Amino acid sequence: MICKQVSLILKLLFSSLFFAAVCLMAAEADGLGNEQIQALSSGTADQKIDAVNRLALEGGMASLPILKGLEEGTLYSFQSQKLVLIKEEKVFDAVTGEEIVPFPSEEMLEKITINNKIRQVLGSTLALLQLFSPDPKIRLFSAEKLEENPDPQVLPLIQKALKTETDSRIRSVLSLTEGNIQIRNPDSRVRLQAVLALGKSDREYVKTVLQGLLARDGNGNPLEPDPAVRLEIQKAIQSIDRKLLFGEYLGRIFAGISLGSILLLVALGLAIIYGLMGVINMAHGEFLMIGAYTTYMAQVLTSKFFPGAVDYYILFAVPAAFLVAAGVGILLERVVIRFLYGRPLETLLATWGVSLILIQTIRAVFGAQNVEVKNPSWMSGGFPFLGNLVLPYNRIVIILFSFAILMGVWFLLVKTPFGLFIRAITQNRLMASCVGVQTGKTDMWAFGIGAGIAGLAGCALSQIGNVGPELGQSYIVDAFLVVVLGGVGQIAGTVFAAVGLGILNKFLEPVAGAVLAKIFILVLIILVIQKFPQGLFALKGRSEEKG
Amino acid sequence: MNGRAGWLAVGATGFLLLMVVPVLNVWLPGESIFHLPDYWVLLIGKIMCYAIVALAMDLVWGYTGILSLGQGLFFSLGGYAMGMYLMRMIGTEGKYGSPLPDFMVFLDWKTLPWYWHGMDRFWFACLWVVLAPGLLAFVFGFFAFRSRIKGVYFSIITQALTYAFMLLFFRNELGFGGNNGFTDFKRILGFPLADRETKMGLFLITGTVLILTLLFCRFIVISKLGRALKAIRDDESRLIFCGYNTQEFKLFIWTFAAILSGIAGALYVPMVGIINPGEMSPGNSIEVAIWTAIGGRGTLVGPLIGAFLVNLAKSWFTTVFPDYWLFFLGFLFILVTLFFPGGLIEIKEYFRWKRR
Repeated sequence: MICKQVSLILKLLFSSLFFAAVCLMAAEADGLGNEQIQALSSGTADQKIDAVNRLALEGGMASLPILKGLEEGTLYSFQSQKLVLIKEEKVFDAVTGEEIVPFPSEEMLEKITINNKIRQVLGSTLALLQLFSPDPKIRLFSAEKLEENPDPQVLPLIQKALKTETDSRIRSVLSLTEGNIQIRNPDSRVRLQAVLALGKSDREYVKTVLQGLLARDGNGNPLEPDPAVRLEIQKAIQSIDRKLLFGEYLGRIFAGISLGSILLLVALGLAIIYGLMGVINMAHGEFLMIGAYTTYMAQVLTSKFFPGAVDYYILFAVPAAFLVAAGVGILLERVVIRFLYGRPLETLLATWGVSLILIQTIRAVFGAQNVEVKNPSWMSGGFPFLGNLVLPYNRIVIILFSFAILMGVWFLLVKTPFGLFIRAITQNRLMASCVGVQTGKTDMWAFGIGAGIAGLAGCALSQIGNVGPELGQSYIVDAFLVVVLGGVGQIAGTVFAAVGLGILNKFLEPVAGAVLAKIFILVLIILVIQKFPQGLFALKGRSEEKG
Repeated sequence: MNGRAGWLAVGATGFLLLMVVPVLNVWLPGESIFHLPDYWVLLIGKIMCYAIVALAMDLVWGYTGILSLGQGLFFSLGGYAMGMYLMRMIGTEGKYGSPLPDFMVFLDWKTLPWYWHGMDRFWFACLWVVLAPGLLAFVFGFFAFRSRIKGVYFSIITQALTYAFMLLFFRNELGFGGNNGFTDFKRILGFPLADRETKMGLFLITGTVLILTLLFCRFIVISKLGRALKAIRDDESRLIFCGYNTQEFKLFIWTFAAILSGIAGALYVPMVGIINPGEMSPGNSIEVAIWTAIGGRGTLVGPLIGAFLVNLAKSWFTTVFPDYWLFFLGFLFILVTLFFPGGLIEIKEYFRWKRR
């Protein structure tokens, strides 16, 4: 039965390849003889299967709507003369696609029923037909379906498809499947070719298949008798291993850049404030938390008042997070920090107090439990980059987001008068004040911006992690280390330190574990500071070191 | 703490702690209105340990101007060293009846890790109470002061160090009980810890250590060394130009403070009967700074007053208004730094100045 089907499919192939393109319409007309209509509408199951196969064989791609209609149960026979499809209360000729008016009466139409056996045949026939679809997406889908279940019966078909396929991605899937089938071929030369094809893969499962072949049977003989093939298998496994390793390293670099971009977002505001005022803002982490909770509120409000736009709440959340955090930051600067100038250690303690109050306030308002911030649907999922590497969209968005903010901060600091003031005060507060820079006002706005950037960071964090009252605490120590390592006064320092620490962290973690990686990095930073006491990118100056 | 009034105050406090408290607690019958409940003895005992840490903090911050956010780490290290001894003293009375501590049985360890050897001797454990925080502080301080890390930079790095150690001690593989730390202690030097007399004994030892610490700190502060430390606080660069090697002074006082904190931790653990990595959380270390600040840094009595007041307030708040303790503490941080940078000890001068 199956052999018959395969031979039919082979014929179908030839027909579709050589004839279908030229004389599609003719084939359709020829393919649907009265006999087949009769077989479909009133024949036995075997007759129907035969009719399906012949239809596919002779009709090629054109038979797709009929077969689909048969599968979906929308195919009817019209007075046992014509096949019609019923779609949305209208009747169409299954062959020509013309609508039949007026709507025929119920008695003239008879539904063509199928059983499970026919359904099975239909399913595989449809999948194979789709391998020759003009749409590459459908071809890829069909090829991947075949890859999942490599059936020796479909081998000729795959080989034929390989001859005409131009899309490299589909080709690789098809040749992989071909190799996966041919690996059982009795001819050792064919097996050798198959192993070579499999060696080009970057999939974990192929490695498992190949390793299975190297195993020994009950008598201690290798499953693969030919030593030459065994050698190739070993080479292929090595090659796959290399690719897997490459993918893994690439994945780590990506994860490191992702972590680095988050650290950058967190540390940027901190570095600006520290550089400007010599003040470490221990409440910086709580601005992250405020940003994240603002995002949460934005999501809640959007889903309440504009349920249709809930996928785009983030567009509303980003400015809101900035403004709320900046507002709280300016308030903090005006009420507490400006009275503590010249006393950085006291500022550190006072801002710690602020952070306690903010955390407890959030607990009182939202509860101590985490709140749920959902990814917008367009940010969930990922981009399949390599066989074993999928880049999540939300991480990609965050990397781009932090890059955009970095550019914004750079523009602000380098191209605007306000940025000029900030840089002047960072270099020498007294001189800047002497030449007329309003240091108090600049401090206030800079603090607001620093806090606002932290709010944006919180908005980004809400997309990849839990949002709870302790959100800020978990990132703040790392952000401090970024500032210490990078030095202040130049954005470049923060960028290099953030991305460097991020990547280093992700490479150390698999080796040493997350905790030891942190400790190692801490030790490393202490050692680096021996050489660069002011951080890697400190401003050169002749003034006495600031206390 | 100058002149006769100061000595009288110290003597009176010592008498109160070492004579009156035991009498009120142990010898007065439970129904007497002057009877001091065990709860209070424990609380005062705990606070005395905190006061030792506050004194250590005062030496580094109040006198030398180095804000350390790692005092809680050294406190815990001392506590862990003592805890290891106490764990070994449980013997086979643990839940699993094994000579190994319960958590090791739970982890399916068969033998004692090498760093646990010798910890069943009291003197050896006491040695480590001093060595563990001392060595860590010495090595860390050596590198930090050598590269002239100061001010908030130093504070942040000590905080990161504390944080890293907290994460480290949370790990089960480290062999320090992970999340749960050490608890269920049975006896110390053969005395059962559950006995009232043992508890009172620990209380008295803690009180004595506190008073000795105070006297020793006074000795340091009024010595030439103390003056050099104050000079570092006020203008380190000038002192360097005068030819002093400030690095050595700082390293000494920083290590000494760490050892003091470690001793305080070692006294604390048998009293409260538990030590876990939560003690190392960065928040605890910063709290020490506020005890010192609220009492008055740069004085020796100030930190003691601060430690007592803040911790009494804490135990009151956490039983009566648990939700408002963090608000209170937060405002304390802000108000003290804004309005009382000299601490409560200066309130007298504050009013005097107003009147004038």
